[in-house]
Amino acid sequence: MSSGGEQLYAQSMAELAAGLEQGDFTSVELAESLLARIGEADAKLNAFITVTVDEALAAAANADKARAAGKAGPLNGLPIIHKDIFCTRGVKTTCGSRMLDNFVAPYDATVVAKLAAAGAVVLGKSNMDEFAMGSSNETSYFGPVRNPWNLEYSPGGSSGGSSAAVAARLAPAATGTDTGGSIRQPAALTGTVGIKPTYGRVSRYGMIAFASSLDQAGVITRTAEDAARMLGVMAGFDERDSTSIDHPVPDYLGGISQSIEGLRVGIVRQHFDDGLDPKCGERVKEAIATLESLGATTVEVDMPNIDLSVPTYYVVAPAECSSNLSRFDGVRFGHRAEDADDLLELYCRSRGEGFGDEVKRRIMTGTYVLSAGYYDAYYLKAQQVRHLIADDFKKAFADVDVIAGPTSPTPAFRLGDKIDDPITMYLNDIYTIGANLAGLPGISVPCGFVDDLPVGLHLVAAHFAEETLLRCAYQYQQHTDWHKACPEDYQ
Amino acid sequence: MSLSKDQVKRIAMLARLELTEAEYAESVKKLNSIVDFVDQLSQADTRDVVPMAHPLHATQRLRADDVTETDDRDYFQKNAATVSDGLYLVPKVIE
Repeated sequence: MSSGGEQLYAQSMAELAAGLEQGDFTSVELAESLLARIGEADAKLNAFITVTVDEALAAAANADKARAAGKAGPLNGLPIIHKDIFCTRGVKTTCGSRMLDNFVAPYDATVVAKLAAAGAVVLGKSNMDEFAMGSSNETSYFGPVRNPWNLEYSPGGSSGGSSAAVAARLAPAATGTDTGGSIRQPAALTGTVGIKPTYGRVSRYGMIAFASSLDQAGVITRTAEDAARMLGVMAGFDERDSTSIDHPVPDYLGGISQSIEGLRVGIVRQHFDDGLDPKCGERVKEAIATLESLGATTVEVDMPNIDLSVPTYYVVAPAECSSNLSRFDGVRFGHRAEDADDLLELYCRSRGEGFGDEVKRRIMTGTYVLSAGYYDAYYLKAQQVRHLIADDFKKAFADVDVIAGPTSPTPAFRLGDKIDDPITMYLNDIYTIGANLAGLPGISVPCGFVDDLPVGLHLVAAHFAEETLLRCAYQYQQHTDWHKACPEDYQ
Repeated sequence: MSLSKDQVKRIAMLARLELTEAEYAESVKKLNSIVDFVDQLSQADTRDVVPMAHPLHATQRLRADDVTETDDRDYFQKNAATVSDGLYLVPKVIE
């Protein structure tokens, strides 16, 4: 059961697709081998909240039948994992929260439906920070995920289950969501590729909302090529998402092989200042030098307001979260407190019991910044600063094609190190949040190691320029081997 | 500025969150650190800057007012803790 001598779990989607096509193995055999591997590895990693063994085997059998009938979809029989923020009909969908511990989604998210229609086989639902609020996976009601590079370390978050599972070779691809860096930061911390598309590029329908003007679905893979393959299926207009944008989806996979000769790469001074671990900075500078050796040119770009991106985010995101999470009332779905005497007590206790500390903190922050007397000073002010930051990006993209820098200020940190100080935790996303505020696409690509832990190169491009990001990442991976590095215990 | 425990209690009530005494003590401390942090925004010169509501400045799209969903009430209600005759039950609201 091997193709090209390499174990199935070690192969990319591109390699697995070729093996399936040639009949080297079946979709059922592939799903069985990965499910067995998950069964062994996940007791330590805790990357999954639910493993969908029966559903996966049934989907794999269908994929084999479809192939035999000449009706194979673009992802036919390829195994994936969904972050547990995506609604999956008939399967528990928890969003990492006690609030939804008993919630079985009555419908599929558009992303889930599209990937299923393409023939993908879902192995399970990945662990995550509660309601995607966190940068370490430690806010999950289901316990922290462990980083396969070192089990004492965090895999990042909020899509930490997805990043850990892909890094540990439990699946070649996993969906994620990114509100302030929740795909790109965990990808950086686990040595995987993570892309957050343009706001509105991928449907948010059925993706449990955190901050609706910032949330975007994307994917974590090991290669840019696989990210292109996945995004090509996931992207596109959806009339069920009122913020979905009707913009043609290019052939991402077809475009990645073009050269990056002449690509203009912008460097932002603040991305390399005191907040950055100097050794991470070296890896990122080496990666930028590699891009130059491939024909790219670098330009320094000025972003005078970028330093305000984290405080702006921590007004806008909690404000939207406080509004979105008001739907959890203990009545129609979700956790319900027992023996409440009246309706007010039912609401307050169901929410008090169902939400964890970080989620409560963000709901309260949001309630405060939206409350009478404070709205102008905080929410309105933040939306104005957000405009200034978006304008900084707009001006930068008049002169450059991508902005390159570090994804995260440090490599992975120890579980427990940052969880008691919200501000320290929030600053993990200092380099990624700007793209969310401006609605821009961003990607993190593995670019080396510091103290045996992976480092990510972060690239941001103009609206709808995912193609440029994927091409740049693909070309970089054609000339480097960082993405082939595998944690020792998962080889 | 600094948030008092009474202010935090009022915020928790507005947000419909019941907190324990220990959670209040922790919340006062951490919410104050967050508020101090976001206070940096006051330094920004935002005269004549339009607040940004949408990252791509798109306007809200409206769909045609047609029935497009099927009635799945029974299936949806499986997620509710208490239902009766197709209705969701809550504690008595009218004496």
